Amino acid sequence: MYGIGIAKGMLLVLQHLFRKPITIQYPDERLETPRRVRGNELVWLEERCAGCDYCAKACPHGVIRIKTSPAADGSNRRHVDEFEINTGRCMFCGLCVEACPFLALYLGSRFELARYTQEELIMNKERLVANAKLVSAYDRPDALSVERDQGLLPSGKETR
Amino acid sequence: MDYIYHLSRIMDAIAGWLNGFLPDWLDIIVLGLIGVVGVLAFVVPSLMVLIYIERKLIGRFQIRTGLMRVGPHGVLQPVADAIKVLTKESMTPDKADKTVFNLAPVIALAPALMVWAVLPFAKDLHFTDLNIGILYVVSISTLTIIGAFMAGWSSNNKFALLGAMRTVAQMVSYEVPLVLSLIGVVLVTGSLSLVSIVDRQTVPFLLLQPVGFLIYFISALAELNRAPMDLMEAESEIIAGYHTEYSGFKFAIYYLAEYTHALAMAAMVSSVFLGGWNLFGGWFSGSFIPQYIWFALKVYFIFAVLVWIRATVPRMRVDQLMGFAWKTLLPIALANVFLTGLGILVFPDNDLLLAVFGWLPIPVGLLWLRFKPGAVERGGREAVVRSEYQPTLAK
Repeated sequence: MYGIGIAKGMLLVLQHLFRKPITIQYPDERLETPRRVRGNELVWLEERCAGCDYCAKACPHGVIRIKTSPAADGSNRRHVDEFEINTGRCMFCGLCVEACPFLALYLGSRFELARYTQEELIMNKERLVANAKLVSAYDRPDALSVERDQGLLPSGKETR
Repeated sequence: MDYIYHLSRIMDAIAGWLNGFLPDWLDIIVLGLIGVVGVLAFVVPSLMVLIYIERKLIGRFQIRTGLMRVGPHGVLQPVADAIKVLTKESMTPDKADKTVFNLAPVIALAPALMVWAVLPFAKDLHFTDLNIGILYVVSISTLTIIGAFMAGWSSNNKFALLGAMRTVAQMVSYEVPLVLSLIGVVLVTGSLSLVSIVDRQTVPFLLLQPVGFLIYFISALAELNRAPMDLMEAESEIIAGYHTEYSGFKFAIYYLAEYTHALAMAAMVSSVFLGGWNLFGGWFSGSFIPQYIWFALKVYFIFAVLVWIRATVPRMRVDQLMGFAWKTLLPIALANVFLTGLGILVFPDNDLLLAVFGWLPIPVGLLWLRFKPGAVERGGREAVVRSEYQPTLAK
């Protein structure tokens, strides 16, 4: 029957009129980022870092700069003098996060980190320490919190 | 209170009052101007409403909210659009033909507004009752093609010219089924005047001439350069076709012309096929809702259907477009005219038996679609016979 396809399509689109729209009005309402999101920042936990330089070596672009000095007690955990990540050049591939053996580096879960100057994007040690450490569970199952809901689907439930 | 239902009486009262002290020629001019203001009082606010309705409805058809930002739920968006378009610079290309370039938008807008002169809004509420109403509407709305062509030609832009050529080809080839589908209605009514067509519709012509309705609707879509047939002005295809080089106020005139033309086509469909202000012989028209409100509701409903089609159907390719007009719509429209004429010859007054003749083109059309010569695939192109096909081999 000619034209039935178009008629069926139009009926389906008509049913869309009666569904609740799935738009989120962005600045007023926000979606909660997924638990394992690869966010736009890196979270560094200073107490766990040993200055081993694995992350800097894993980085494809070399955006991580580490300067260490020998530890006070002579152990292998060196004192980290400078730890700088240039998030302006970082592509958030997560290789550094995968490389860290001490679970000191996490990807963050925020994404609204645009700045007006490139200088503000360079996260040096002070900024990383002062950061609100909202970690994401990318490659870090220990950061998965059961309570936090997915939120990207209309019902808010995660699909498997 | 009675005046709300019978706006024509206000007009008669004003005419009677003016007749008292004005000479005849001035009388006609003043009454004409008042009529124009009355018609535009419907058309121009409707344009603002249409811009909003279209974007909001398309959003809802696509399960999103549509306009929300400007004003509560986006109702001030047309105002924002108007301000934007007025404050933009209207650039003229350097080597463009300035006279034609500046004149083209006006020639595109004016016919769309002139169509409103013959449409009946309610009983006795029309600007004028031309006894060649349909002929006037069709011939005036053809002038928009010239506006489009002038725009493309004078833009000094090869893509604009290409778009204009295609637009003209599309619009001209869809004029033919448009007119033929109206002829069925004219045969049933016996008159070209739109007022008598609306008066005749105790039963809407949608039921007496369904094929005519479908063909008119589809041809109107193609005339308006919208919905599935907007290849000529879709941004992903040819930037903007014939109005690529227009910006600022000149583009605003094209924008308005498109919506006015859409509104005029919707008004034609609702007058000719849905009964205009008439509904089943005036059954509703004397009721609580005034007749012109019914008319407006029908016009907006048809426009909503246009938006619905735009949200659903993907764009047609230009060769599919032209093939559809000449190879499908035209033969079916001819069959419709022939069978309706047969019906009129045999049963001139009986609506029910006329309806039988009106629905006959549907099986005829289906048979044509199934057995039309040369169309091997559904797309209608002739397939090359396998034995004759010589593939191009690499040397």
